[in-house]
Amino acid sequence: MAKFEQGLYYSESHEYVRVEGNIGIIGISDYAQHALGNVVYVDMPEEDDEVTAGEEFGAVESVKAASDLIAPVSGTVIEVNEALEDQPELINQDAFGAGWIIKVELSDEAELDALMDAAAYEEHCNNEH
Amino acid sequence: MNNRLYGNLIFELSRPGRRGYSLPANSFGKYSTADLPETLRRKEEAELPECDELTVVRHYTNLSHNNFGVNDGFYPLGSCTMKYNPIINEEIAARPEFTAIHPLQPDFTCEGSVAVISELRKMLSELTGLYDFTLNPMAGAHGELTGLMIIRAYHESRGDDARTKVLIPDSAHGTNPASAAVCGLEVVEVKSLTDGTVDVEDLRRLVAENQGTIAAMMMTNPNTLGLFERSIPEIAELIHAEGGLMYYDGANLNPMLGACRPGDMGFDVMHINLHKTFSTPHGGGGPGSGPVGVRKGLEQFFPTVGAFNGNFGVYIKALVYILTLGRENISMVGPLATLNANYIKERLKDVYELPIEGLCKHEFVFNGLKDKSTGVTTMDVAKRLLDYGYHAPTIYFPLLFHESLMIEPTENESKETIDGFISVMRRIAEEALSDPEMVKSAPHTTPIGRVDDVLAAKHPVVTYRQILSE
Amino acid sequence: MQYFPHTSEELSEMLSVAGVKSLDELYSDVPEAIRFRREYNLPEAMSEIEIRDYFDRLATLNDPLTCFAGAGCYDHYAPSVIQSIIQRSEFLTSYTPYQAEISQGTLHYIFEFQSMMAEMTKMDISNASMYDGATATAEAAMMAIAAGKKCDKVLASATLDPKVRAVLDTYGHFHGFDVVTIPEKDGQTDLSTLNSQLSTLEGVAGVIVQQPNYYGIVEDFSNIADMCHSAKSLFIINSVIADLAILRAPGEWGADIAVGDGQSLGIPMNFGGPGVGYMCCTEKLIRKMPGRIVGLTKDNRDQRAFVLTLQAREQHIRRQKATSNICSNQSLMALYVTIYLSIMGTQGVKEAAELSYAGAHYLHDALVATGYFKPRFEGPFFNEFCLTYDGDVDSLIEECADRGFLAGVKIDEHTIMIAVTEQRTKQDIDLLVETIKTIREDAA
Repeated sequence: MAKFEQGLYYSESHEYVRVEGNIGIIGISDYAQHALGNVVYVDMPEEDDEVTAGEEFGAVESVKAASDLIAPVSGTVIEVNEALEDQPELINQDAFGAGWIIKVELSDEAELDALMDAAAYEEHCNNEH
Repeated sequence: MNNRLYGNLIFELSRPGRRGYSLPANSFGKYSTADLPETLRRKEEAELPECDELTVVRHYTNLSHNNFGVNDGFYPLGSCTMKYNPIINEEIAARPEFTAIHPLQPDFTCEGSVAVISELRKMLSELTGLYDFTLNPMAGAHGELTGLMIIRAYHESRGDDARTKVLIPDSAHGTNPASAAVCGLEVVEVKSLTDGTVDVEDLRRLVAENQGTIAAMMMTNPNTLGLFERSIPEIAELIHAEGGLMYYDGANLNPMLGACRPGDMGFDVMHINLHKTFSTPHGGGGPGSGPVGVRKGLEQFFPTVGAFNGNFGVYIKALVYILTLGRENISMVGPLATLNANYIKERLKDVYELPIEGLCKHEFVFNGLKDKSTGVTTMDVAKRLLDYGYHAPTIYFPLLFHESLMIEPTENESKETIDGFISVMRRIAEEALSDPEMVKSAPHTTPIGRVDDVLAAKHPVVTYRQILSE
Repeated sequence: MQYFPHTSEELSEMLSVAGVKSLDELYSDVPEAIRFRREYNLPEAMSEIEIRDYFDRLATLNDPLTCFAGAGCYDHYAPSVIQSIIQRSEFLTSYTPYQAEISQGTLHYIFEFQSMMAEMTKMDISNASMYDGATATAEAAMMAIAAGKKCDKVLASATLDPKVRAVLDTYGHFHGFDVVTIPEKDGQTDLSTLNSQLSTLEGVAGVIVQQPNYYGIVEDFSNIADMCHSAKSLFIINSVIADLAILRAPGEWGADIAVGDGQSLGIPMNFGGPGVGYMCCTEKLIRKMPGRIVGLTKDNRDQRAFVLTLQAREQHIRRQKATSNICSNQSLMALYVTIYLSIMGTQGVKEAAELSYAGAHYLHDALVATGYFKPRFEGPFFNEFCLTYDGDVDSLIEECADRGFLAGVKIDEHTIMIAVTEQRTKQDIDLLVETIKTIREDAA
């Protein structure tokens, strides 16, 4: 069963944002990693790249599928999770923890209002199939 | 096919100093590559295998024993049209009077090869109801790209530069949207109805929404479910009225031979996979050939998509095939392929789930086993078929169903072959209930078992040098 | 002749199972207005005897000539074992190796092909083949555009084969990138102009050069890699792969992508196809690569096995977001060159290249000595060279063809390009020189 961690912001395309001050930690949800299967590669932006809410910033690949990463919020990338280069399986093992993908400095915190809380997101996932 | 893994790499058979080649002595005297400036010469040798001739011959012969071709057994691979590849095709194509011709020879020294091209162009035009063909594209996907280039060039020539969108049904082969993207076109997906055919009302809405920007509609007919799109005249009219062109993906042309021509359906541009419909061998993934045909007036837009004349050695085989069958027999290709498919469908639909009832064309799609209670999937059924000496059908395509299992028999298969396949498919359905774990762990008798795809993709090792450094 | 096994009894039984009364009824879902109701306007069926006669007649219209032409298609030696192995039906009649359990034959040889291409080019990675050298070059340009940030153009040397350039231009026009020419100076890429182009032009994704170049000249690519990389461009080299037995390899020049045609590895000329394209790159670029790739893995019995990998790049998964639309390519021709390189080995490819080089230089000097020809360029060449002719090149080629020689390829009215391979003996070459002398003496 997929976990739906409280206190995070979720997008319809299954990314989450964990907010710490003006920093957003972005990854894909536990539900998404289940659907995707074994992650074999994560295509990530570089530090200092700008990401824009609603636009692609990378991709997550499993053997039989690939899913674009859509930025849930806008901002400047301040760190990428380099551990994923050698251990993409961290996304499967701990999507909300060690499997985070990028950290961004949020440029517009109001964008968070457009995202879902855990309960609304769980509802969204239940309706998907 | 041998069920024991051979498994060697040629590099592992190499011994320094062995020779498998012979060349004439160098009688040109003073000339040597040592005269080239050192900076232009390679520093490190290419580490190729060093083997005697017998070692090489045995190695590749042994490798071939771990492969399965149409000549080994039934190959019901949906959407791939794995028909018989007649041996006479190979004999003619191998004649040195054809193979030894340089592509830039003066015309008067290669009129035979030029005639092969012009004859085949004429015959393909007649078979499809189009005006002319270019034989240059080297594969089906290359043909799609070439055809879309022709369509864009046509619109550009009329100053109609806003036409950059291509309508593609959601059931289409992945190459369609990929070719559109390579051609710089934007893909607009058209929904399918529950019966698997194009939703004409959704199409009407999309056409209205995208007025003035539609370059083309790209379709295959019959579609990827093996169903004939009956609304095709209406669809063509709709697109033409909007100013777009109709593109026919020839992947499913085989059942149309003798029944219906793409030009008569209203298509303006198409490609043919000669390696499907016209019997040239698939070769483990090429060389194929993807000639592109057009309606009159569009031939001026044929683009340059290869250095020379395309895969001449492939399309000469297609010409042999068409001449061999001739007008009497070629009309039987589509009906017999269609009969074989419908026969299998009817004989298996009580144990496999047939999501869409009714006549199919050359192929059809099951949505896995009817009884899914033991958790045996389409993947498991496909792998179990390998144990029984059959190639697997196409699986998990089209994406419209979760457990797609797509079966295409072709016109060359005899009733005994097909009956044998049917009884094995039924036996697997029984095994799925009586011994599901055995089916889930299939195959058991093949040279290798199921492979670890995750390991391969996570840490790609794609050369022998990488193996050595591991 | 036909290949249908159905007897009339079987037909009626199968029709009744299918729930129809006739074959025609199988098409009751096709609107009558678009049914094809006449016979095709095609010849009547032929027996094998008639087929052989038909192609006998076409064959007499072809004159296989003693070949001194190149320009991207070379008459190299093909060891006899190759044809017999690639005709084995387990290779010839199989599909793309999606079912790894019954396709280890194909998967093994593709892995060997990738390894050999990587060795010849001294690059990290190879894919499992492209259509030909021209489309491989266009694919490399698209790969560079996709890998670069906000890039909209590639630079291509004026010494690139014009046929390759034409394909590159076609892809560029439709895919949406510009191809800007790097000018030539005496038949070689003008490096100082390249340097200024790289520093002034915005959005250059890649730089494309050819080795030996179109005119047969071996160019010095020292420093180009650095120039490219400091401008954040990829360095792409298109090479005649057989010549890499001797010539400095793309990896040794610092290339990011190596592409070209594999035809020079003994593949018959066949009026231009099928050949096989190759594409190699650095490890960093592997997931940007188009086409099939075979990788190492294990099966559930713990055996070493090979499998198609990194498929998430490809069209059947990514659809319009795939790295390319290419799927099937030229697999059997990849097997062809794999066997070629297994037979020839490290020494054989060098010896063949050495013979080609020596024969070409011998012919070059002999033609210049006739007095009718002068060297067109100064740079060093390998097995192909351009000469200025003091007469009309078209009529020279035509008259040689009448006498059984394909003397070369016309570059312009007074320039001919001539190639020599290890298949041309000293006698062949001497005879060509004598033939040209006779033509001139007869004309005088």
